[in-house]
Amino acid sequence: MSVPNASGYFRTSYARDMALLDTRAQRVAAGVFLVLALALPIVDAPFLLDLANQVLLAVIGSVALMLVNGVAGQISLGHAGLLAAGAFTTGILVREAHAPFWVTLPAAALVGALIGLIFGLPSLRLRGLYLAVSTLALHFVVIYLGNEYESRRGYSTGVVIDPPSLWGVALTAPRAWYYVLFVSALAALLLGVNLLRAKTGRAWRAIQGREAVAEALGINVPGYKVLAFTVSSTLTAVAGALFSYYRGFVSAEAFSLFLTIQYVAMVIIGGMGSMLGAVLGAVFVTLFPYLIEWLMAILPTPAAWATSVFAVNYAAFGLMMILFLLYEPQGLVGIWRRIQNYFLLWPFQQRPRGG
Amino acid sequence: MQLVVNIVVLASIYALICCGYVLIYRVSRVVSLAHGELMMLGAYGLYATASLFTGHPLGAIAAAALLAIVLGGLVYFLLMRHMTGEMVLAAVLTTIALGILLRGVIVLVWGAQEQHPLHVLGWQNVALPVGPRAKISVVGLTLVLTTAAVYLGLWVFLRRTRWGIRMRAVGQNPLLAAQRGIGLHGIYALAWSLATFTGGLVGMLIASDSALDQGMVVIGLKAFPAALVGGLDSLLGTLVGALIVATAEVLLIHYVNPLLADVVPFLVLLATLIVRPWGLRGTREELDRV
Repeated sequence: MSVPNASGYFRTSYARDMALLDTRAQRVAAGVFLVLALALPIVDAPFLLDLANQVLLAVIGSVALMLVNGVAGQISLGHAGLLAAGAFTTGILVREAHAPFWVTLPAAALVGALIGLIFGLPSLRLRGLYLAVSTLALHFVVIYLGNEYESRRGYSTGVVIDPPSLWGVALTAPRAWYYVLFVSALAALLLGVNLLRAKTGRAWRAIQGREAVAEALGINVPGYKVLAFTVSSTLTAVAGALFSYYRGFVSAEAFSLFLTIQYVAMVIIGGMGSMLGAVLGAVFVTLFPYLIEWLMAILPTPAAWATSVFAVNYAAFGLMMILFLLYEPQGLVGIWRRIQNYFLLWPFQQRPRGG
Repeated sequence: MQLVVNIVVLASIYALICCGYVLIYRVSRVVSLAHGELMMLGAYGLYATASLFTGHPLGAIAAAALLAIVLGGLVYFLLMRHMTGEMVLAAVLTTIALGILLRGVIVLVWGAQEQHPLHVLGWQNVALPVGPRAKISVVGLTLVLTTAAVYLGLWVFLRRTRWGIRMRAVGQNPLLAAQRGIGLHGIYALAWSLATFTGGLVGMLIASDSALDQGMVVIGLKAFPAALVGGLDSLLGTLVGALIVATAEVLLIHYVNPLLADVVPFLVLLATLIVRPWGLRGTREELDRV
C-alpha cells in the first residue's frame, strides 16, 4: 500500500506487490490483532461488549460512506435514510412474513442497491452539490415511508423485531453478536480495501480529483458515480438491517439527520479516502459521547448542563468536526502517517534525495 | 380562499429563507447547510433582546437585526474564511459542523423548551380577515411584506449599487474580480452577513407566528428545495420555486395526508432534478462549474 517503507525493503515479485500483508511484521501484527479481537468477549463486561458492537456496526456504515464521500468525492447526506431503509426492510419482512435472517439480509441489500441506483441516477445529468441534495431528499422520503408504515400498522412507537437465528441458534447474547458483527465489519473492510486497489477505486479517486480530467482519461464518470452510490447504499442498508436486529427494534426516530452527520464526521475525523480512516473515525465518533460523559463527570461543569447532555454532545461534536476540518484535514490517518514517517525517515525530516 | 392565503404565507417564508442560500451560493459556490441554525440563532437573538429592551419592541427588533448582521460577518471571518479557496466539499462539510455546534450551544444557553418572543415583546398575533372566509395573522402579513421588501431591496442592491455589482463580479469569476482590486474577503463576508440577516429576519418572524424551538432547523432545510427548483443562482427563480413548492405542500397536506408535510418539498426537488436539474432560471453551464 502507499505507506513509505524503510530502506532496504524491495518487492521482488508481483505476488508480493499484490499481497495485502507483504512483510512478516505486518502479518504478525495482523495476527496479534485478530487474536486479541477474537479474545475480547472473554472479558465479562456487557457494557464493553455493547460498545464494541456499536463500533463494529459503525465501521460497516463508515466504510460505506467513505467509499462514496471520501473516495469518490460525492457528498451524501442520505446515510441515515439508507440505514433506515435497511432497517425497515428487515422490520417489515420480519413482522409481515416472518422472514428468516438469510432472506431479510439480501432483501435489505437489494433495497439498498435499488435506492442507491435511483438516487444516484440524477448524476447522469448532475454534478457536485446538486447530487448531494438529491441524497438529502432521499433521507426525508425514506423516513416518511417508515413513519407511514408505523402509523398504518399501528406500531406507533416502533417495530419490534425478534432475534434472528443462525443455524438454529437464536442470536441474543451480545457475545454471539460480537462475532457476527466482527465478521461482517471485516468483510466490509476487505471489500472496501480491495475496491480501492482496483480499477474502480482508481476511477473514483480520479473523479474526486477533477471530473474533467477523469473524463478525458476515458473514465465513464456518471457510471462510476452511480456505482459509488449503489455500492455504498447496499452496504449501508445491510448495516441498517444488522442494526435493527441488534437493537431488536426499528423506529423512524432513531434515524435522524444527526445520525447522518455523525457518519459524515467519521469520514472527516478518520481521514478522507482511507479505509484505516473509516475505522478510526468510527471508533472515535462512537466513543466520543462516552468520553464527553466521562469528562463531564470529572470536570466541574455548570449544573444546567447535566440536564441537557445531548446539547453538550452536539456542541462538542460540532467543535471537534470544525477543528479537524480547519487544522487536520487529513484526519486521524494524517496524524498516524506523520508519526509513521517520523520514525521511518529518522534522522531526516523528509525523504533524502535519491532515496 | 384560506388555502390561497396559506400558500402565499408559506411561499414567502420559503422565499425569504432561500435568499440566504442563493446569496451565499451565488457568491462563493458554497451551500450553507447551517442556514437553519443561523435562522434559529437570529430568532433567539430577538428573544434575548426582547427581554433586554422591555417596553421598546422596535428597538429590540433593530438590535436583533444588527446582531444577525454581525453574526454573519463573524461566521465568515472566524470560520469560513479558512475555507475560501479550499474544495467546495470541505466548505459544505464545515457549514454542517457549524450547524451542529450552534444547535448544541443554543440549547445550552436557552434550553430546549418552546419560547414565544412575541409575547416577550408585548404584542399579540391577531388574525385579520381577508375576504369573506379567510384569515391572515398579522405576523403572516408582515412576513409577506418583508419578503417583498427584501427581494426588492436585494434586486436594487445587486443591480444598482457599487457593492452589489462587485458581489456579482466575484460570483462570476473570483480570480478576475480579485485582480481588478475587489477585496474577496470583504465581499464574502458581506454575502454571509446579508444571508444571515435575511435568515435572522425570517427566523424572528416564524418564531413570532408560531413558536421558537429546535424545529426551525427542519424548516430551514425544507426551504432548500425551493432554491434549487428555482435555480440556485437566481433570486427571481427562487421566488417562483418557493411558490411552486409551497403550493404543492399546502395542497397535498390538505387533500392527501398531513404526514407528507416534511417530504413534499423534497419530492418536488427530485422531480426537478430529473426533468430540469439546473432549475427554472438557473444558468445551465452552472452545473459544469460546481
